[in-house]
Amino acid sequence: MGTSPWAEAWRRFRRHKMALFSLGLLTAIVLLVILGPVVWRVAIDEIDFAARLARPSWAHPMGTDDLGQDIFARVLYGGRISLAVGLVAMMMAIFVGVLIGAIAGMSRGWVDTALMWLTDLFLSLPQLPLLLLVIYLFRDGLKARFGPEVGVFILIVMVIGCFSWMPVARLVRAQFFSLREKEFVEAARALGASTPRIVVRHILPNSLGPVIVAGTIDVAAAIIAESTLSFLGLGFPPDIPTWGRILFDSKDYLDIAPHWALFPGLAIFLTVLTINFIGDGLRDALDPRKVM
Amino acid sequence: MNHHHDGPIGEAELECWVAQVRGGQLLRRDFIQRLAALGIAAPLGGLMLMNAGVANAQTAFNYKPTKRGGGGTLRLLYWQGPTLLNPHFATGTKDQEGCAIFYEALARWDTDGNLVPVLAVEIPSRENGGLAPDGKWVLWKLKKGVTWHDGKPFTADDVVFNYQYAIDPATAAVTAGVYSDLKVEKVDSHTIRVVFDKPAPFWPGIYSSSQLIPKHIFAPFSGAKSREAPANLKPVGTGPYKFVDFKPGDMVRASINTGYHQANKPHFDAVEMKGGGDAVSAARAVLQTGEYDYAWNLLVEDEVLKRMEAGGKGRVDFAAGGSVEAIYLNCTDPNTEIDGERASAKSKHPLFSDPAVRKAMGLLIDRAAIQEFIYGRTGVATANFVNNPARFRSPNMKFEFSVDKANALLDGAGWKRGSNGIREKDGKKLKLLFQTSTNTARQKVQAIVKQACSKAGIELELKAVQGSVFFSSDMANPDTYGKFWADIQMYNVTQGRPDPERHMQRFASWEIAQKANKWLGSNLVRWRSDEFDKAFRDSEAELDPVKRAALYIRMNDLVCGDGHVIPLLYRPAVNGLANKLMAPLSGWGTDMGSLSDWYKEA
Amino acid sequence: MGPYLMRRILIALPSLLGISAVLFTVLALAPGDPFEELATNPNVPAEVRVMLRAKFGLDDPIWQRYFHWLMAMMQGDWGYSFISRVDVDQLILQRVPVTLAVIGASQVVALLIALPIGIISAVKPYSWFDRIFSTLALVGFSLPTFFSGLLLILLFSITLGWLPFVYRADISATGWEWWWLHLKQSLMPVMVLGLFQAASWMRYVRSAVLDVIKLDFVTTARSKGLKERVVIMKHVVRNALTPVVTLVALRMPAVFGGAIVTEQIFRIPGIGSLLIDAILRNDTPVIMGVTFVFSCLVILFNLIADLLYGWLDPRISFR
Repeated sequence: MGTSPWAEAWRRFRRHKMALFSLGLLTAIVLLVILGPVVWRVAIDEIDFAARLARPSWAHPMGTDDLGQDIFARVLYGGRISLAVGLVAMMMAIFVGVLIGAIAGMSRGWVDTALMWLTDLFLSLPQLPLLLLVIYLFRDGLKARFGPEVGVFILIVMVIGCFSWMPVARLVRAQFFSLREKEFVEAARALGASTPRIVVRHILPNSLGPVIVAGTIDVAAAIIAESTLSFLGLGFPPDIPTWGRILFDSKDYLDIAPHWALFPGLAIFLTVLTINFIGDGLRDALDPRKVM
Repeated sequence: MNHHHDGPIGEAELECWVAQVRGGQLLRRDFIQRLAALGIAAPLGGLMLMNAGVANAQTAFNYKPTKRGGGGTLRLLYWQGPTLLNPHFATGTKDQEGCAIFYEALARWDTDGNLVPVLAVEIPSRENGGLAPDGKWVLWKLKKGVTWHDGKPFTADDVVFNYQYAIDPATAAVTAGVYSDLKVEKVDSHTIRVVFDKPAPFWPGIYSSSQLIPKHIFAPFSGAKSREAPANLKPVGTGPYKFVDFKPGDMVRASINTGYHQANKPHFDAVEMKGGGDAVSAARAVLQTGEYDYAWNLLVEDEVLKRMEAGGKGRVDFAAGGSVEAIYLNCTDPNTEIDGERASAKSKHPLFSDPAVRKAMGLLIDRAAIQEFIYGRTGVATANFVNNPARFRSPNMKFEFSVDKANALLDGAGWKRGSNGIREKDGKKLKLLFQTSTNTARQKVQAIVKQACSKAGIELELKAVQGSVFFSSDMANPDTYGKFWADIQMYNVTQGRPDPERHMQRFASWEIAQKANKWLGSNLVRWRSDEFDKAFRDSEAELDPVKRAALYIRMNDLVCGDGHVIPLLYRPAVNGLANKLMAPLSGWGTDMGSLSDWYKEA
Repeated sequence: MGPYLMRRILIALPSLLGISAVLFTVLALAPGDPFEELATNPNVPAEVRVMLRAKFGLDDPIWQRYFHWLMAMMQGDWGYSFISRVDVDQLILQRVPVTLAVIGASQVVALLIALPIGIISAVKPYSWFDRIFSTLALVGFSLPTFFSGLLLILLFSITLGWLPFVYRADISATGWEWWWLHLKQSLMPVMVLGLFQAASWMRYVRSAVLDVIKLDFVTTARSKGLKERVVIMKHVVRNALTPVVTLVALRMPAVFGGAIVTEQIFRIPGIGSLLIDAILRNDTPVIMGVTFVFSCLVILFNLIADLLYGWLDPRISFR
């Protein structure tokens, strides 16, 4: 076999049309939020009472909110944070979850029990007091180290990630339990493959199914979680228009100005949609049993 | 010292107004409004009139029903549910509201500042011998024939018991402060005497509107056992409704008290008080779907309220009270530690000690826009501590919003713009941290102020802290409003109760919040003025209500004129009512305090 | 499986203790004050607040408070709420019926929706059925519950006026009327929660069935001439249920914890709103009580899930 496994996977991925299209769309969204504020020069916090709650127009492609601020600019600006939080928190949750789930799933006995105790602990923890505690303990330190914005970002991502890895861990562990007894694993073992190799090459690619689903759900959940934090005063400052925050601000005006809620909701939905299809493509590409 | 008006209103003017009310040339209601504009609460105004012999006016409220009962079930929605039903342990307004369905007080304040007797026969006065000429005691005659819900009679013993119960430190009652500085003595079975340690200028105090619990039920549970009393959760009072059921945090149910001491009252057969949820949906439940008859404290943007009212099922009621939303500029330096304490009273704020900066900040607050676009009818812009009706707006009491003037001021004081547009002087930059509690309207105000400031070269960093943390007295927490480790903060101050004394106490120098008193002092802005302190001490001893009112006006001007305290809006009590529901709501007490008089038109 | 079961049960008790200790420490260290409302009340002297704190032992060292709590718990005394002075177990029991009725029902609805739709989507991947429902599912969990709840209220309560949106736990009616009234007020919250949950579960079921359907034994079963429906129901689904069991077991304790946002919006007096109120007011005994039951349920249901794996897939061994 001449090609490396990665090139092979990429080739297979390219065959999955929806996945490819979604990858393109996601890249477009990311570029838009990074470059957008440079191209679309309207300020995000220009308060203009004369233009409040305006429907979409050329001047304001997504309309304005109740202080007259331009929603398009806010969605672009907030998108940086929402996307970053959503993606990074999701990756953190997946990474930690897969790691713990895999180790627990491959081992038996005490390691598994200990890891499951840890999982149960995190599942039992009430999120809010823990959040308050973590934030008060680490906020100033992180701010001093990394600067205010990055500091808060790290804090939020860690906090959201910490509460999302448990389902992934349990799912992966369950998959490992059933897969490690399957024939192809026995075959690989008979051929003399070492355990890590078996895990990485054989079991892991087959357990990606639930992991991918968890990933897409986690992105949406992370974006919403950040807005909940902000609503409680624990996340980003209230004037930072993350997507979840804009959704939350708009909820009392749903019957008066639906456009206000429509666009951030659409943004979150598109992000989730693209990640979902990319995930589908990934799974098919990495599935050793699927012929493409 | 900047004064905001020419010719300060003083004692002479007040005496004149009182005479005019007595002579009929000035309406009582207008008199009360004028006082409100000067920072005097309605009850104090009422007291001034009482003292001058002006009889209590007939209130505008007309109770129509001619028989007891028959009104069906009254449904009340409070977006926080009461968690216990003993008024001496009530930790918040909602608990007091829950209690007020069952318990009553000697009297209550109506919206015009009249003291209305409830369990008392009449209001004590010089004429009926109820008031001591030297201000040292008050005689209250109790109504005869009043019974508790279990049939036992209400007597003076009960009133004395409440006093002993509250001041006992082992009870740890939150009402301890109500009965400090006075003693309650029994004269006979239906008369009590309240004796003050020092002559009390405001003799109704708070005790006259404090709810009373029965002695025969609570006596076995005094002191340390007070929190075990089953009656804490199953109240037995004298009120218009009897206890049926209570689920803490969720629901209180009551049914009509057929033995109630006022004829033809109450109107409803049952009352249900439901708690939980948020203010917006509470408004919807009354104004849009009609599922509930009354919704309490609608802290909702007026825009949204107006839309809901358009549905025609309900209306929003605004009752004048004593709540003021203000912005505070820290007098001390939150970023420097002196003796291990930040924002220490020994420090001075590097930027706000410059009066030009303070004045500029005042000019950068667009109250008109805040009122019009955020608070609407729920907040009336003000430059003093209260309402400013147009008819009586003195030209110098006007607040101003002008970015240009602010810029000019700062230029003139030597604050030059730096490379990034932020002004600086002597190496100090005009970068400020502005904190408040999480609340949609407050965040919007922050955004508006931030924008105006940035146009003047001042950069604001915004911070929102969750309410239960911001308003807590937790010593370890850095984000409380008591600690004030920020440059600017904004929040609402309730005048609490009728007496403005406690309100003004917030600016006395001995109340400065600091580490030594665990930041529990009420002077959070850490303001200090000898002139103010003296005026306050004088007002404590001054018995003549008119002279006292003049002193309060003076104190008011001292505080607001200095620029550290920037009042924003006067906030009336905002409640939602079903269209047919008639209720004499008052901002000077609990809404449930007038429950006996509520009725629904057919 | 026997020794495995024994070991897990033996571990359960110390692990519960460990969790409770961590929980307690977190709560004790977290900022906030149970008596903060007194802070804004000008009539309450500072000494009273200090006294109350001392009375409830709030200023004692953490380990001391933990042991007090533990000793009390072991004797069946769950303590009482700082705020309302009602026994914690009473507070919890008051809310269990409503929680089970509304939240429990929503999980059942979610399962009833997610299973069939997920299976059909996987059996016919990329068909119009699959595409529509997959998109609906994605919309479903992109929208936070406060949003969908609000949408439903705007539609059904305010515009159409069909359904009440404030939940009342005690309705004074009898017989059919009682059931009818309860149904009307439970419909929206159950749908909001159920649909939100179904959205994510649908995706998991679909993914799991897809994984299994391509395996050899399915082809074998088909080639044996078994009807498609039998193949799916007897062979595919049973093997695909592992992740579903995991998820349901993970969510079961959450039924007890309630759905905080939904309870807020519809004013359902469930355990979720009890918990969030207690958290916001630092009512430690209530928080400890609820989270303790919660952690018991977590441990219990995860154990059940682990045992079910073995039953579903006989090849899974427990050493």
